[in-house]
Amino acid sequence: MLYNKPDPQEVKVLTRRFGLENSASIDTYLATDGYQGFLKAREMTPDDIITEVKTSNLRGRGGAGFPTGMKWGFVPRTSPKPKYIVVNGDESEPGTCKDRLLIENDPHQLLEGMMIAGLAVDAHAGYVYIRGEYRYLIDILDKAIAEAYSRGWLGKNIQGTGFDFDVYTQTGAGAYECGEESALLESLEGKRGVPRIRPPFPAVSGAFQCPTVLNNVETYSAVPSILRDGGAAFASLGTPRNGGTRLFCLSGHINRPGVYELPMGFNLLRMIEEVGGGVWRGKKLKAVIPGGSSCPVLTADECDLAMDYDTLAKAKTMLGSGGVVVMDEDTCMVKAAMRIMRFYAHESCGWCIPCREGTAWLRKLLIRFHDGGGARSDIDLIGDVARNMLGRTFCPLGDAAAMPTISFVEKFRGEFEAHLAGRPCPHEHADHLALV
Amino acid sequence: MLTPEERTEIEAEFPHYPNRKAVCIDAMKIVQKHRGWLSDEALDDIGELLGMSSTDLDGVATFYNLLFRRPVGRHVIYLCDSVSCWIMGGDQQRNHICKRLGIASGETTADGRFTLLPVVCLGACDHAPVMMVDQDTHRDLTPEKIDQILEQYD
Repeated sequence: MLYNKPDPQEVKVLTRRFGLENSASIDTYLATDGYQGFLKAREMTPDDIITEVKTSNLRGRGGAGFPTGMKWGFVPRTSPKPKYIVVNGDESEPGTCKDRLLIENDPHQLLEGMMIAGLAVDAHAGYVYIRGEYRYLIDILDKAIAEAYSRGWLGKNIQGTGFDFDVYTQTGAGAYECGEESALLESLEGKRGVPRIRPPFPAVSGAFQCPTVLNNVETYSAVPSILRDGGAAFASLGTPRNGGTRLFCLSGHINRPGVYELPMGFNLLRMIEEVGGGVWRGKKLKAVIPGGSSCPVLTADECDLAMDYDTLAKAKTMLGSGGVVVMDEDTCMVKAAMRIMRFYAHESCGWCIPCREGTAWLRKLLIRFHDGGGARSDIDLIGDVARNMLGRTFCPLGDAAAMPTISFVEKFRGEFEAHLAGRPCPHEHADHLALV
Repeated sequence: MLTPEERTEIEAEFPHYPNRKAVCIDAMKIVQKHRGWLSDEALDDIGELLGMSSTDLDGVATFYNLLFRRPVGRHVIYLCDSVSCWIMGGDQQRNHICKRLGIASGETTADGRFTLLPVVCLGACDHAPVMMVDQDTHRDLTPEKIDQILEQYD
């Protein structure tokens, strides 16, 4: 089991079983308060469960940060249709590597979170959708599911409570877009992963046109401890309106990359310096992507801030999926923008024109620019094309591509100018970089 | 025609979904696992069982990075080309693989042993650079490590 050395500043709620022997087994889980949140929830009314989750100030860990309790409250519980609990395990936002660990090290915590959501909205079946590249996680999860069935924690009349719940796993087949909730549902139904027009939202019409709760792996994994220890306890770990802890994925030019569970609101500079051990090779910090590649980049001077949804929104970026990508002084910002755009252009589903065409043109522009073939007017053109995508696409992928691009151009204009007139990339000979 | 084994594996998925069409991605993955890639004939076979046209299946297959409508080598190398791997020297690893295998990205070696595909973030950014070979994730890549890894795949 791959897990980095923990840091003393971590507050281990979701990762408390990481590092235990056989942490993924049901015996370990039951021996460490496992399924106690479910039993407690079983004694509560659905409204009380939802209230508890609202009290916790848990917000969606997939990227958008929508309040989880409110989302569950949108499900029409009295609908005669079956309701579904769907897990978004399509983790593929560049820089993000936490859901993988949660499933690998503590699959029962995820299952318990799903069951509690099931109690809250009167659902009796759940799907775990995991990206195709994480195929091995399905084996871990299927084993956990089989254990849960054989020990009476899934299936009919769970532990004599009268509650029935079934869980199925499905793997994707490689598509970033399927991390978008409505595209994920399309993929779950065996279709191309393109987004749906909303409304209706999944809470009303989701999987197989039935009311559906859809949350990220980390979100569900937080729920058992919220029910077990109370929503207020979870909320108190974070900052106002940003409850609990968060799994931050530190990657890039940093001495101790890894996944660390820290309280919401933890200072970003301290995260880099103290938890991550600082920028590698004694280099200076140039820039940080704070929450996965769709988040606007922060310059080194902007990094003294609390990592929660609201503070980052004020700083005109996002907490996103917790992927903190650290870039040292030798990193070419034009190339960073180009690589990020190449990703979005490849992964645009092609359904709507502003995204399909916008990302393709931005990719061309940025590649040409980095190769030294750009004109001065291209700098503004890159920003213009990106701004024209904002808010004009079916799903957030268009914004996810445009926002970082705008930030790179605005904050590192000097680096774009340094690439003009056929000059070679000034960073290309730095020791850890290579040519395209 | 689907082999009895393919058919059994696909049919095992039926009870998990309210309708057969929902099984189609799993079904294509199952057939690809046995045949290496998805030929027109393979789509016809799957379509017959699921009650779908092969055109519908083609539409789905071409959407996803991990479903192949063209033959690939016995082993597929998926090399991450996203931002964290890039800044940790992912391009050097790609150049090394290309040089060692004598192919460019997207190509298959003449002996049919390896296909090299660039792929989006593999979610192991704290151990960049990263690649997958078939189902196995390999982390903290260096040229020396890549040489050792590739030896393991005949």
